[in-house]
Amino acid sequence: MILIFLISLLLLQGDTLGLAGLGMTNEAAVIPSEASVSHEEELDIAEIIFEHIGDEYEWHITEWKGKAIAIPLPCIVIEDGVHIFTAHHAVDYGYTFNENGKLVNAQTGKRPIDLSITKNVLALMFSTLLLLVIVLWTARWYKKHDALQQAPTGLAAAMEPLIMMVHDMARENIGPDYRKFSPYLCMAFLWILFNNFLGILPFFPGGANLTGNIAITLVLALFTFFTVNLNGTKHYYKEIFAPDVPGFLKPIMPVIEVFSTIMKPVSLTIRLFANMLAGHIMILSMVCIIFIVAKYGPLLTGSMTLISVLFGVFLDALECLVAFIQAYVFTMLSSIYIGLARAHEE
Amino acid sequence: MNLITPDFGLLFWMVVIFGLVFFLLAKFGFPIITDMVDQRSAKIQQSLKDADEIEARMAKWKVEQAQMLEQTRREQSAILKEATETKAKIVADAKQQAKEEADKLLAEAKLQIAAEKESALRDVRKEIALLSVEVAQKVLRRELSDEGSQRAFLDKLVDEAGQADIRS
Repeated sequence: MILIFLISLLLLQGDTLGLAGLGMTNEAAVIPSEASVSHEEELDIAEIIFEHIGDEYEWHITEWKGKAIAIPLPCIVIEDGVHIFTAHHAVDYGYTFNENGKLVNAQTGKRPIDLSITKNVLALMFSTLLLLVIVLWTARWYKKHDALQQAPTGLAAAMEPLIMMVHDMARENIGPDYRKFSPYLCMAFLWILFNNFLGILPFFPGGANLTGNIAITLVLALFTFFTVNLNGTKHYYKEIFAPDVPGFLKPIMPVIEVFSTIMKPVSLTIRLFANMLAGHIMILSMVCIIFIVAKYGPLLTGSMTLISVLFGVFLDALECLVAFIQAYVFTMLSSIYIGLARAHEE
Repeated sequence: MNLITPDFGLLFWMVVIFGLVFFLLAKFGFPIITDMVDQRSAKIQQSLKDADEIEARMAKWKVEQAQMLEQTRREQSAILKEATETKAKIVADAKQQAKEEADKLLAEAKLQIAAEKESALRDVRKEIALLSVEVAQKVLRRELSDEGSQRAFLDKLVDEAGQADIRS
């Protein structure tokens, strides 16, 4: 319980820090636009940041001698058949981009069914494949070696503590049939952990803001939601729809309970999404300070750069911590929800 | 805003990829690892329990051993004491026996000496008697060469004989 309390405290802190980061972004975006009216070149910090945390139809890696180096990715659109093209040729196929940078039909302006392999989808494929290979490689060690006689070596030694941490968490929170749910919790934990760290990594193949994307965290939370509610015991459903309460509460309680059941995945979604997004925005803001102050003379630029780098290092370290904690919290809460759904009458 | 509306394409791919990899890992990945590690934990638990048991048994053995050693020592000292007593007794007995033997021998020797002495005395007496008879013969032969003296001597003898008879 104390652990949960501490983690929730940390969570709160992470959220407030995140909000502070967001506030800073706005300020950072506002100050130059007011102060640099006389300058011709305007830095749109908000755009830079949102470009980094958003999705794209190509993977922009860097600029080299004025030319953008990017991996072109296939756009896959289903509207009167399947159309596959790259973003450069969108116009040829009758598509254009709306103000959010999404593909829309050039004539109607409507969004088609868009299954494009975007930057986030590619990062998703890469990180999930990486996870698959690493875990299967670890499993291979246990198949090839007699784990009863030998201590794990190499990759197995690195992965075993992580997997067993989640496995033990499942055993503590779920109860006797925890083995059925342990693989899902391991998968969710390692997947979130991998993607959180790949998100912090600033260069290819990291840098995609996957766990800070609400679609991703929504899917994760829905997986947990269905795992919980498809495995609920009679006792669990009785507690929701016919709890043991005084008569006048009988009609109210099911409403509250159903609402709380639905709020659980929503809170999982938003907690992970907001924490990771806030972390990315904070770090990007810190880096952007350097470019904002670049035109204010060497003294200010030098001192602000120093401050920016120091804060950047601090925030990066903080984000490493948050990356682990958020993966842990998501898994912990999932296991607790599953444990509640597996409760039996005492 | 763009950030908080989930994108359908990403939702779709996330469900497909996460679901597929979860299926693969739930079948070929995690259970293998966790089962093996659980087995190992169980084995370690068992080994620790066994070790504890063995330790307890060892402790018991140690106590028993100490008891046995103590008992043996007591027995040893008892035997030693007994042996000393026996030795003393044997020595005393031997002394006693030797003394008896010596006494017996001494007594025998004394007896023999006494007998020897007796016989020697007897011999001496006999010799002396013979000598005295001879001397007496010689004396008598010389003294009784005349009639008168013979007569006197005879009378004396008779007197003496008479006295001896009365005495005995």
